[in-house]
Amino acid sequence: MASPRERTLAVTDLQVSVGDGLVAVQDVSFEIGRGESVGLVGESGSGKTLTCRAALGLLPTTGRVDGGRIVLGEGPQAVELVGARRSTWDGVRAGRIGAVFQDPASYLNPSLTVGHQLAEQLRVKRGLRRRAAHDRAVELFAEVGLHDPAAVFHQYPHQLSGGMLQRVLIAIAISCEPELLIADEATTALDVVIQAEILALLRRLRETHALSLLLVTHDLAVVAESCERVLVMYGGQIVESGPTAQVLGDPQHPYTRALMAVATIGDWGRRRLDVIPGQPPAAGEEMPGCRFAPRCPVASAACTAGPVPVTDLGGGRTTRCVRSILDEAVPA
Amino acid sequence: MSTTHPTRAPHDVRLAASLPPTPAPLLRVRGLSVSYTPPRKGTHLGTGAALRDADLEVRPGEIVGIVGETGSGKTTLARATVGLVAPAAGEIEFAGEDIGGLRRRARRAFRRSGQVQLVFQDPLRSLDPDLTVTELVREPLDIAGTLSRAERGQRVAESLRLVGLDPEAVADRRPRQLSGGQRQRVSLARAISTRPRLLFCDEPVSALDVSNRNLILNLLDQLRTELDLAVVIIAHDLSSLAGIADRVAVFYRGRIVEQGPIRAVLEEPAHPYTALLTASAPTIALGHEDRLTPDRLRPDPDRPAWPADLGCVFAHRCPFAHDACAEQPRSAPLPHAPQRQSACHDAVVWRERLDPPHPQKESA
Ligand SMILES: Nc1ncnc2c1ncn2[C@@H]1O[C@H](COP(=O)(O)OP(=O)(O)OP(=O)(O)O)[C@@H](O)[C@H]1O
Ligand code: SF4
Ligand code: SF4
Ligand SMILES: [Mg+2]
Repeated sequence: MASPRERTLAVTDLQVSVGDGLVAVQDVSFEIGRGESVGLVGESGSGKTLTCRAALGLLPTTGRVDGGRIVLGEGPQAVELVGARRSTWDGVRAGRIGAVFQDPASYLNPSLTVGHQLAEQLRVKRGLRRRAAHDRAVELFAEVGLHDPAAVFHQYPHQLSGGMLQRVLIAIAISCEPELLIADEATTALDVVIQAEILALLRRLRETHALSLLLVTHDLAVVAESCERVLVMYGGQIVESGPTAQVLGDPQHPYTRALMAVATIGDWGRRRLDVIPGQPPAAGEEMPGCRFAPRCPVASAACTAGPVPVTDLGGGRTTRCVRSILDEAVPA
Repeated sequence: MSTTHPTRAPHDVRLAASLPPTPAPLLRVRGLSVSYTPPRKGTHLGTGAALRDADLEVRPGEIVGIVGETGSGKTTLARATVGLVAPAAGEIEFAGEDIGGLRRRARRAFRRSGQVQLVFQDPLRSLDPDLTVTELVREPLDIAGTLSRAERGQRVAESLRLVGLDPEAVADRRPRQLSGGQRQRVSLARAISTRPRLLFCDEPVSALDVSNRNLILNLLDQLRTELDLAVVIIAHDLSSLAGIADRVAVFYRGRIVEQGPIRAVLEEPAHPYTALLTASAPTIALGHEDRLTPDRLRPDPDRPAWPADLGCVFAHRCPFAHDACAEQPRSAPLPHAPQRQSACHDAVVWRERLDPPHPQKESA
């Protein structure tokens, strides 16, 4: 199902390394359509954050994009972000991509009111006058579901709960009317009620602002309810992708199955909790074939004979597993 | 509702003949209130109270889960239990000994004995980055001061093995040289080195990915059997918690609003807040169309705001609030399930007052 939608982001063959040239993200390609929500899922250390940060131009000081392309927008609006200049980045971050992360407090200045910080953005980036910036800020606070937004305007970060701070960050992120919002573990630290509220807020903003969403999480359950498409990442590569319902309904990659087994199942009974035995590969760790092979319950000699390419399964689905090439169904 | 004390859960009526004898509780908390700021004049335990009138029992070998939003008093209960804060009212009994009433020195001695240990969320913050794994795990033993040097060395290795770490491989590493899951295992090894009888884990898995989360929870499940430990786990992830916990206590704004056997509580909540929690939990098992959705458990946005601090702690967010709710309900056993308790005037009947499902999607 080729997306007829306008493209918001196209990442092609992205490679990112950290430290002393340790490859942490390799061969990553995906697209996000306008207004589409895409989930990026994988265990800790699979390269999700580095992928996002490459698209935000916010790699850690030791991080570097070694290759590939990241194109924002389509047609005359298209901008190549790999190797972009500072001024391009400034423009992109000021108006085209917004981001929220796990720890909202660390992105706010503790000594300024949250209203001041949002109004400041609106003045600098949108050129609003003082009064207009204040009014727009209050409007945005209301839009992200903060009760009594006029009062919230005058509060300092420490006076607000984690969930309220995350709403403030979302208000700041959407204040410049971006095309794309990246949420990296933005709900992980919140309790389930607040998490569900923030996810519902993101869904609503997607509709009202035609916002594209890249939602990063290690829990497939979060993606299940919020994303149209899912990208499963392992050891720096995307190992499976496709429409969420189909991927979860009929996973093709053994790693996706493993992730499903450990995801929240919404069952309240006593049971042995599944784990994925072993550790994911570290950045820079070279492996002869499939990077999941040491932990894969159905690995065979073919898996480590050489690099495993991505197979297009049709219907917008891909997988990176020799079993699909050999056309052997993965045993359940 | 009545301001007098209702009768306590009638344990003795529980068809005693057919049940195995319940061991005496290891931890018994009664009417516990904790206030970080001294109560203002005239407002006995006013709104500053971090924990109000909490009752909780934990038996040896039992896992009790605690859920609730931030600031609802979960950590305060943990701190009071290990003697880090003194209660403003109520009793804390540990193995039959009143520890709530201990004086400062005795409280410190109790803490150092290591009979109750705490495990925190973020081992990177709670573990001293300059100490090696061996030093970290040995520290509580050094503080307790009851074992010889050789015994301590043995105990450290034994504790590391119990949490599934190879002592040889990790002994000299420092926290930064370990993965998140390994670090949390080191915190566990450290917590069990004194062979405590009760482990209080404050969000031990919130900083971990789902696989490591399950691994740590399974480990706690295994430790409680191997060491006959009682374990209290504060966690957000209801479904994983339900996999290993026996009972659950639900906190809201400083009060325990519901408690009981975890499966029964989560499957058929007797408090509207618990119902909101379970309705909000994410799941990969989509298509549960009969599942309650969070929007059906939120008050009508046009309802006049409930007066702050009036009556039931949940009334301001409760779609079922009515006149009687202007008085805080006491936690009381459910008529049909006396081992369960709910602090809701409508514990049994709120479900009948649910509106039919909204046709449109929930709002944020
Ligand atoms: N600043 C850095 N310096 C060195 N290595 C790094 C750095 N940032 C990330 N890495 C390494 O790159 C790999 C991918 O990391 P990344 O943070 O993108 O993973 P992630 O999927 O976001 O994990 P998590 O779920 O824990 O957030 C890991 O092996 C990690 O250790
Ligand atoms: S390629 Fe082989 S090892 Fe890798 S996931 Fe497929 S079956 Fe498992
Ligand atoms: S006591 Fe009243 S307000 Fe409180 S939870 Fe029950 S119905 Fe709702
Ligand atoms: Mg990350």
